[in-house]
Amino acid sequence: MTNTFVAAIDQGTTSSRCIVFDHGGNIVSVAQKEHRQIFPKPGWVEHDAEEIWANVLDVVHGALQKASLNVHDLAAVGITNQRETTVVWDKETGVPVHHAIVWQDTRTDALVRELGDQDRFRDKCGLPLATYFSGPKLRWLLDHVDGLRERGERGEVLFGTMDTWLIWKLTGRHVTDVTNASRTMLMNLETLDWDDELVDAIGVPKAMLPEIRSSAEVYGTATGTLEGVPVASALGDQQAALFGQTCFSAGEGKCTYGTGSFLLVNTGQKPVHSQHGLLTTVGYKIGDQPASYALEGAIAVTGALVQWFRDKVGLITSAAEIETLARTVEDNGGAYFVPAFSGLFAPHWRSDARGVIAGLTGYIDKGHLARAVLEASAWQTREVVDAMNADSGVDLTTLKVDGGMTANNLLMQFLADVLDAPVVRPIVAETTCLGAAYAAGLAVGYWSDTESLRENWHKAAEWLPTMEPKARDKGYRKWKKAVARTVDWIDEDDDE
Amino acid sequence: MPGPIQSIERAAAILRLLSSGARRMSVGELARALELPKGTVHGILRTLQLVGFVEQSEDGGPYRLGAALFHIGTSYLDGNELRTRALNWSDSLAARSMESVRIGTLHEGQVLVVHHVFRPDNSSQVLEVGALLPAHATALGKVLLATDPVGLDFADPVQRFTPRTLTDPDDLTKALDEVRELGWAAEVEELVEGEVSIAAPIRDRRMVTVGAIGVSGPIERLCDADRKPKSQLVSYVREAARAISRELGALPW
Repeated sequence: MTNTFVAAIDQGTTSSRCIVFDHGGNIVSVAQKEHRQIFPKPGWVEHDAEEIWANVLDVVHGALQKASLNVHDLAAVGITNQRETTVVWDKETGVPVHHAIVWQDTRTDALVRELGDQDRFRDKCGLPLATYFSGPKLRWLLDHVDGLRERGERGEVLFGTMDTWLIWKLTGRHVTDVTNASRTMLMNLETLDWDDELVDAIGVPKAMLPEIRSSAEVYGTATGTLEGVPVASALGDQQAALFGQTCFSAGEGKCTYGTGSFLLVNTGQKPVHSQHGLLTTVGYKIGDQPASYALEGAIAVTGALVQWFRDKVGLITSAAEIETLARTVEDNGGAYFVPAFSGLFAPHWRSDARGVIAGLTGYIDKGHLARAVLEASAWQTREVVDAMNADSGVDLTTLKVDGGMTANNLLMQFLADVLDAPVVRPIVAETTCLGAAYAAGLAVGYWSDTESLRENWHKAAEWLPTMEPKARDKGYRKWKKAVARTVDWIDEDDDE
Repeated sequence: MPGPIQSIERAAAILRLLSSGARRMSVGELARALELPKGTVHGILRTLQLVGFVEQSEDGGPYRLGAALFHIGTSYLDGNELRTRALNWSDSLAARSMESVRIGTLHEGQVLVVHHVFRPDNSSQVLEVGALLPAHATALGKVLLATDPVGLDFADPVQRFTPRTLTDPDDLTKALDEVRELGWAAEVEELVEGEVSIAAPIRDRRMVTVGAIGVSGPIERLCDADRKPKSQLVSYVREAARAISRELGALPW
């Protein structure tokens, strides 16, 4: 076993990656390839699923090549993916009938409003009615692609999130895992199966839905590039990070800083229903064991704001330079940036909100704006942590973090400051891939149990709070005032 | 604050003139353009030549900008960028070596720590990003000095920290030559008694050294009985340095 490796495919929002891990959970090699972001209209975001599949093959090949490995060196391959992104393809030809509709896409806004009150399905699926989830995206495709509904009812076309698409391409099986299924609004959290009432209410044919399996089991054996390798895990990216951070006990949680940021706390074997705008979701399910549930606070725009600042404003040439620019000034100069680009996520859930920069004066320069961009990630985390504490009744004592933005020391320090709690980064920052690898490795016996995975977790860095309470309180007050200025911006006729 | 230093202003003016013209310039031409005595200009040029900022094709001939200047201008890599690109590999190095990892760049003759990964034993440790370390008494510093076009400024006496700190210019020169030859550096109880560090250069696509990565820890864990760094640790450090260099586009070597 120690001479073999586990590969994880991370099919993300902006790129696909493959990371090969050894038995110690260390990274052996990485390959990555970006795919196109297709923006047909304001608020619409699409991906080409065929391009993504080609990229996945490329990165798998690339990661093996970089480490001078071949498929026989792999004990298993695991999959983690951008969640909720929806694709429908022809069962016979394998050709997608439409570009995949990405989780950020807000085209289902009107549909979601038609479906009724935000909390209509919350008891059953743990989610508020919002544009992000797959069910309404599938419904949109059925309503807008000619003949699709009839073909779906006849089972000629198949629905999937990106895990399903990749597993189908790799093994020919039409399955999804409980974590991805829990993001469709179609799955019942208690039964972990498609719920007839939800399926009917959202209006999608059951014949085109995949079979729901656990997160860690052999779904099938790959053909093609990965010939013979067991495809042995699937986890939505955030659940994979929770798994990679080895948050296996109730009360353990993590926050991943990527395009968006996601705070998940394991709530054990019972779903906890939030009173404060958090989502109830499946954390993971290992084979036949009971599922572990999680509360989730989702923030739409964190890393994406830095990318926007780089690509659309052009004041920096790489994301890492934001820290250099931000350090040219001592503070934000009074400026607050609320990046409600496609509405506000947790705990507000306002799709009618749009972004604002508040507190602008002639004094503000680009350094202050860079600070405000970074601080936005920290303040948004604070709001979610407050909601999490209120729902669970227990205050968060330490925040485990991961994701690319943890390389940003200024942000991590500011985060510790505004949370008034230590922030720790584990030694493998690539927890999303690691989680998928861990789950796949458990499924094939490469790792024996979750306890042996915990032993791989080590602290790589820790940031301790140093901010004066008065400064923190004032900053939070100003942030909340800025948030209040984002809502009620979208009008009925904005879609016209 | 003191006013501007005249000789530096004049040196800057000379460099600006040499960079603006298409052809080389003689001492006389530079002196006329700057309205300064030839002797003064010559003195400044000699110093600039010494540090590699200007070059002469033959003795007494005209001057042009030196290669060292181009290296300085182009070898700059944002420290935050370096940390971001190095994150996975510095983590792996810490996990494999079970020691703390630091990445440093040269900053006004000292080593600026741009990244720090804790020793993976979950003990209480403090993040040292932003700290400055003495270049001559650390493995990171030796790697950076050995590969820096300007190198060590022997004009200022270097500080002694332990009986083993190299302070004699000849000893240091020899040590840096050795680092260049080996492709990595070690420092054994030269900064702190009982502490050892091992480092290797991070290069970019032009093969210019943009930083150094290394491990540090107690001599009992990092060295063999004969006080030599363990070859296994040296290979871990060099592999990490190579992986980051590849990430930055350096050719595999």
